[in-house]
Formats: sequence, structure tokens, C-alpha cells
Amino acid sequence: MSWNQLTIHEARQKLARREISARELAEATLERIRAVEPKIQAFVHLDEADLRAQADEADAERRSGASAERKPLLGIPVAVKDLIAVQGQPCGCCSKILSGYISPYDATVVEKLRAAGAVIFGRLNMDEFAMGSSTENSAIQVTRNPWDLERIPGGSSGGSAAAVAAAEALAALGSDTGGSIRQPAAMVGCVGIKPSYGRVSRYGLVAFASSLDQIGHFAKDTRDAAIVLGVIAGHDPRDSTSVNEPVADYEDALQGGVKGMKLGLPKEYFVEGMDKEVEAAVRAAVEKYRELGAQILEISLPHTDYAVAVYYIIATAEASANLARFDGVRYGLRVEGADPIEMYNRTRGAGFGAEVKRRIILGTYVLSGGYYDAYYLRAQKVRTLIRNDFLNAFQKCDAILTPTAPTAAFKIGEKTEDPLQMYLSDVFTISCNLAGLCGISIPCGFTKNPKLPIGLQILGKPFDEATILRVAHAYEQATDWHRQRAPL
Amino acid sequence: MRCRFCLMNYEITIGLEMHVQLKTASKMFCGCATAFGAPPNTQVCPVCLGLPGVLPVINAEAVRKTILTGLMLEARIAGHSKFDRKNYYYPDMPKNYQISQYDLPLCLGGALELDYGFVDLKRWGEKKRIGIARVHLEEDVGKLTHFAGDSGVDFNRAGVPLMEIVSEPDLGSPDEAYAFLAALKEVLIEGGVSDCDMEKGQVRCDVNVSVRPREQKEFGAKIEIKNMNTFSGVRAALKYEVQRQVRALDRGEKLAQETRRWDDARGATEPMRTKEFAHDYRYFPEPDLLPIQPARDWVEKQRAGLPELPAARRARLARQYALGHYDAAMLGGSAALARYFEETAQHVRNAKAVANWVINDLQRQLVAAKLDASRSPVPPRALAELVSLVEAQTISGTTAREVFAEMFASGKSAGAIVAEKGLARIRDETQIEKWCAEAIAANAKIVADLRGGKRAALNALKGQVMKLSRGQADAAQVETVLKRQLGLEG
Repeated sequence: MSWNQLTIHEARQKLARREISARELAEATLERIRAVEPKIQAFVHLDEADLRAQADEADAERRSGASAERKPLLGIPVAVKDLIAVQGQPCGCCSKILSGYISPYDATVVEKLRAAGAVIFGRLNMDEFAMGSSTENSAIQVTRNPWDLERIPGGSSGGSAAAVAAAEALAALGSDTGGSIRQPAAMVGCVGIKPSYGRVSRYGLVAFASSLDQIGHFAKDTRDAAIVLGVIAGHDPRDSTSVNEPVADYEDALQGGVKGMKLGLPKEYFVEGMDKEVEAAVRAAVEKYRELGAQILEISLPHTDYAVAVYYIIATAEASANLARFDGVRYGLRVEGADPIEMYNRTRGAGFGAEVKRRIILGTYVLSGGYYDAYYLRAQKVRTLIRNDFLNAFQKCDAILTPTAPTAAFKIGEKTEDPLQMYLSDVFTISCNLAGLCGISIPCGFTKNPKLPIGLQILGKPFDEATILRVAHAYEQATDWHRQRAPL
Repeated sequence: MRCRFCLMNYEITIGLEMHVQLKTASKMFCGCATAFGAPPNTQVCPVCLGLPGVLPVINAEAVRKTILTGLMLEARIAGHSKFDRKNYYYPDMPKNYQISQYDLPLCLGGALELDYGFVDLKRWGEKKRIGIARVHLEEDVGKLTHFAGDSGVDFNRAGVPLMEIVSEPDLGSPDEAYAFLAALKEVLIEGGVSDCDMEKGQVRCDVNVSVRPREQKEFGAKIEIKNMNTFSGVRAALKYEVQRQVRALDRGEKLAQETRRWDDARGATEPMRTKEFAHDYRYFPEPDLLPIQPARDWVEKQRAGLPELPAARRARLARQYALGHYDAAMLGGSAALARYFEETAQHVRNAKAVANWVINDLQRQLVAAKLDASRSPVPPRALAELVSLVEAQTISGTTAREVFAEMFASGKSAGAIVAEKGLARIRDETQIEKWCAEAIAANAKIVADLRGGKRAALNALKGQVMKLSRGQADAAQVETVLKRQLGLEG
């Protein structure tokens, strides 16, 4: 089998036993990328020489005695979504407005991964500035779902999801503001985890919505997800919103099973008009949990209906300010003008795509004089109510089960005409960001025809990643959805 | 129309807004240096350049200095305060939003007494209490420079901690505004908060002024003035603007709210030509930072550690040493000078005499040598010795001045110099008799005048004796001996 089909935990065993070298792993990665990229188009940039050099360095370190305990990811290639800063590499956010911009610094998560020995490579396709649910808003290219090349891989971290599902990377970093890791993970049939707000440093993550963004990752299984989480989690003095909570041994925490655990099913998430196959797969997963000894409770999250509206007010407001810095003055695209204002207008007019402009305008509007109280302030208050729904629910249950997305992967171009339709594909994932919880999506089945992955979402209390990983792992061990590979 | 008279019919209302760069080693939200004068864009980093992906981190010392300022200005320190984003576009703005404070600033309310002595030395001690609306913290922006064909931005200044102090509109004249600024400056310097060097751009000041007829209850149109670079500039701009507004109102014109620019070279204000869009700053709480909640006992500890403020020091010196307001003001302006005075005064009973010496001779020498009182080559005890010699009449005042100059230059003590040069007042009866006789003999004309009834001639004769004695003869004795030698009554 090709080395790139390995999981991280399998690969590092082989690396430790010198059965393979990091360089061989890198070459296998590049070979696979060469083979499938023409169809998948997950990468927008790939520095092959740099990848090889890092792999060689990892091998040299291993030869000189670097041990697995100190460097748990030594030689493991991890790919990066195009909005996470990697020193010396472009950081384009798949937008024209950042053409030519090379990041002069590493994001904290990249520093941590490097310290753990990981080989950081590639820039992965995404919806421009993380605004989208299908990766169709990328200004660069369209990424295709490895299970059906006519369909979207989800968004905004579509490139990251597709790369892992197509075995182009053993793991890939993404970001999740309203579901941008979990929803693509469900679309392509891999594991995607969004840590709690404040669990992972945002320093080096190009900001979309500051109070909602988190860096997370994609992996082939829950053990891999746990390993990477253990490396990237932790307080960062450069991020004032990161929290000084101790980082658990997530790999250790996978064991334990779900016997006696209480899992909540929110009644508001199982509604009219749900895709029948999605519902069936998720209900079957719930049954599996019962079999495994968990207790299933019906819970209520009464303010669920307001989540999408609240999200699109808060996220766009924060984004309108976060994206103001892209003005052609200091870096990126500049379209000259007779005066600064004209330069701003031309640069941002040419540099931003339609969805980004739409959200900036919306965000500017909800913050403007006379509207702040009615929209932004009110949305923040409702946000508190949404968060309270969850905190109350967690008094009764240890974790919450929901479908990750209302449908399986839709066709490229199917929802691009109506932005609101696109927004609704985040309906199950969005509340998690508003409430600051942690969430993971794992594969739980397929649609019949075509065969498309279906995702199960597990939501946990803030800083309780250990529990959701444990719940996810228990299901994964009892099924084999996660072992199925896209027929590429 | 002479404005002096017009002004009496009008009420002037002035408010000030000061932006003060805090004296911290690093910037407000990153670790870059704040030193002035570095080559452009050399004190910058991803954070203060607003690169994609960066985040701010609060400079705790800047918060502490702002709270300290609030305490010095008798303001209330907020139990819960936060930062907000102030959104607007300009090339000197790295993020096109400024992290500032909107509705929950660090300090609210307060007051500062100005002293009219700052504008008129004869009026020291005459005070007026001016309200402070708020003190808040924000980050500075970059510096634009315009060249022939284009412009450049230097981001060294971007991110420097800026403290904004807003006064209530309690100032009633350009002079009051000047005095208020001077009073605020000395407080900020005393507190170690800022050096307030306007030339280095450490203080920027905007004013607003409105004028209304005395009988009118509603305020007149509020006109804002920007671009004053010195405190005198502020006063000059206000003087000009008040005149302009009064003349306009006298002519029956209506004034509208506007922003004007002070042109120092022309000595006039003019409407601002820059495209100032109506500013909707779309303030919202800064999501990248946590709120600030200073613990009450920490705040009290800061209050307990406050230095003695200049106004309080002036009042105390006047009271404690029975000094007049002017003297107290001259001594109390700097902590170092006051400390010097008080140390000296410990050893001499006549505090007023010490005050005179410190204010005049010492200060003059210190200023010429560009020294602070704490580095005076004449230490307090040495000056005390000198003053005591004068008090004991061992040397005359004139002699003492020369001795002091020598002390300052050489570092020798008064006693040593007086002994060395034999400068002690001469009371030797024989010697004085000799000098008087000599003077009488040499100045027949003066003697004749004296005998002719001109009493003033006696002083002239005395002067001649003093000249002979090089100022050292005891003046009272000389007078007595002269009268005796000339046969005049006492």
C-alpha cells in the first residue's frame, strides 16, 4: 500500500522502526498529489523543494536521536489551509487581494507543529476569506469532492478536507467559524474537529470573525485527530482570547467507551424537510450508541431557529472590520488611484469576490449608526441565550449528537445562485461557534446513489474535547465507515 | 471696532482634548520600541503593521499609567472597562480601525485646578477648577509625509500608547486654556506618565470653542480647531478664533458648527479643506481583547503611591514656610527644586531668605549650566552655610553673591572662600576710622555738599568708604564713624 494511505499513528510507528523515512513519506505524498490533483484541485500552492528539505531534516533529526516523546509528529506531513500564516509561504486566503503576499511569520499552530517535528507543506484551497460552504467562492479554483468529482467538497476548508480524503496529506489544518471544518469533513467522509473557542491560538489565522474563528484539523480517524489536537492546543500569550486550560492527553482519553454516558439529541435538529438518507444514517448511529451502552436523551435547544440570523449579523460585522486592512497600502494587490480613497475603492473592488463584498456590506450596515442596537447588540444578546441553551443541556448530558449537515454533498453550481440557500447548509454547525463549544464530525454512512459520505456531529462542553473524542472513537471502533476510501 | 469691548458682551466656552503619548518602553499592543527618531519603519512588527493574522496584546504598564493619570485628576476608575474598534479608513491606519475606548473608558469624571500664575506671574495662587470628562486609552496611528509626487507612511508611531484626556467645556478664555494645559503638563510629568514634549509629538491638542451673547442661554455653534503644535499656538489660535467669532456675531452673521485648521505661519484659522466624511465610526467591542477589571485594592495601592502633585506642593510650601504665592510657585514647580529648598531651609531659620537665594541665584546658575537642582554643585547644606553667614552679618549681601558664584564654579564651601579671600565683614574700628578719614580727605566736594545740608551726600561718602573697603566694611559702623569724624549729629 502506498505510504500516503497510512494514518498518522501507523506512519509514525513505521518511521520510528525505520521501515520508512520521512523523505519516502514526502515522496509518496508528492506522487499521490501528482496523480490526483488534476481531478481534485485541492492545492493552490505547493513548494516541493521545501517539503523535501523539511523531510530530510526530520530524517536527520531522527538519526541523531530525536525521540518520539519530544517530537510526536516527527516527519509527518501536515498540509495547511491558505489562511494560516507560514513563514516564507504565500498566505493568500484564496483571494486576489492578497496576490503576491508572503507571510514573514509563522502562526503559533505552525510553530507548535514544527516543534513537534511535523513537515508543514502546501496551501489548500478555500472559500475566499473563509466565507462560504462549498469552496466555490475561491478566487483561484474549484475543488472537487473525491467521492464525486461533480460535487463540492464542502467549505470553507474544502481543499483541506479533499486533500485528506484523497490521501494527499495525512492531516490538514483548517479553520471553522460556522462549520467550515465539520461540514466539509462530513461531505468528504473524514474526521474534522473544531476545538472550543480559546483552545487553540488564533495568532497567525487570518481573521474572519474574531469571536467565532478557531483553527482545527482534518484527519483519517479519531486517533490522528487526537494526536494533532494535543500538539496545537494550548494557551498562547500572543492571543488574548486563548485560555489557560491544561491540555489533556487526548490520545489517552480516547479509551473508555460510552457505557453509562448520556448523549443528548436536540429535537430542533430533527425537523421536517431533512434529507431522508441523512436522517436515517444519523438515527442508525444513535442506535449504535445505544448498543454500545450509552443512554440517549431528548433535549431541547429552544433558540436554534435564531442561530443562522445571529451568526450572519455577528460574523459579518466582525469581518467588515477584520477585512478593512486589505487596502493596497502595505501589502497585496494595489490598484492605483488619484487619491487614497480612489485607490481603496479600486483595489478592494478588484480584489474581493462577490460573496466577500456582500458580507462586508452587510457587516458594515449592522454596525452603522442607528442600527447597532437593533442588529449587532441584539444579536449578541440572543447569542447568550443560544449559549445558555447548550450549557443547560450539558447539565443533563455529556455530549450532544446531531447530523453535521442537512444534506450530503451537492453539485458544483447548485446553490451558487441563492446565497441564503448556501447559508442554510450551516444550520447544524453554526450554533457551536456561537456558543464557543467544541465539535467533531465523523463519517456515519453513505447515501445510496451516488455514494456520498454522511457525517455525524458530536458537540461537547467548552474545553471538553476529551469527551467528544472518546464518544467519536467508541463509534469509530464499532464501525468501518472511516476505513472506506474514495475511489480515485 | 475694538475687540476688547466686544468681548465683554460675550461668553466664551472652550473645551480641550489632549492626546498624550505614554512614557512606556513598548507599544500599546505589541513589543515594539517607542523611542522617538528612529529611521522610518524600523520599529515595526507584524502586529503594529496590521499584517494578516495578527492579534493585539494589552500593554499593562500603559493601563497602569492611564489609571494613575485618572487618580491624579481625581477621576473615578472604572471597575469594568473595555476596548472598542473605531472604524475608519486612512493611509496611516494599519488596520483601518483604531483600537480605542468608547463607552466604558478607564477613567470617568475628575477635575484639575489651573493656576493663573501660569499666564501672569503676579497671579500665582489664583485658581479655577476645570472639570475632566474622561481619560481613556488607545493606540496612535502612523505618520504621513508628503513628497513631490507621492506620500509615504512611517509606522514607527503606529501602536504607541495614546492617552486621551477630554476636559469639560469649563474654560472661559484663551489664557485659561493655556494655564490649564500648563497645569496638566506638570501633573503628567510629575506622575512619570509622559514627558509632554510637544516638539517630539508627545502631546497633541484639539480645542473647541463657542461664543454666545451673555444674555443667551443656549451655547453658540461649537467650532473645532486642529493643528496647533505648541501651547502658545493653542492660545494664539483661540485668541484669533474668539475674535473672529465675536466679529462675525457683531456683524449679525450666523456661525455654523465646523472644523477649522490653525495656520501658525499666517496666524489664522481656516476651514479644513480635507475631505472629512461624516464620521460614523461604527464602534463595537474589540473581540480580540478581554475587558479590564482593575482590582479595588490594587487601585488603592496606586493611589497611595502617587507623588505629591505640583499644585499641592506649592500650597504646602506657602503654608509650611510662610511664603507668598509667587515664591511658593517658583520653588514648587519642580520636585527637585522644592526638595532642595526644603533641605536647605532645615538649617536656616529665615525661610524667606533661603527662598530668595534658591529662586534667584541658584536657579539662574542652574539654568545657565543646564542642571537640575538635584545635580547642583552647591549642595543644600552648603547654601545653608552661606545664607547663615549673611544672616549673621558676617558678610554683606553683595559679597555673598560673589561667594555663591565662586561656590557654584569651584564646589568650595562658603566658609572656605570667605576665609581664603578674607571677605568677612570688617568691623575693625581702627581700619574703618582709617578708611573714613581717607574718603573724607579724597572727596572734598561731597563733604562740602554734606555740610551744605545735602543729606544724600552722606550715602555717596559711604559708598566711597565701601569702595575703599571693597564692600566689606560694616555699613552701619561706617555711617556712625563718618558722622563722628565730620561732627554731624546721629
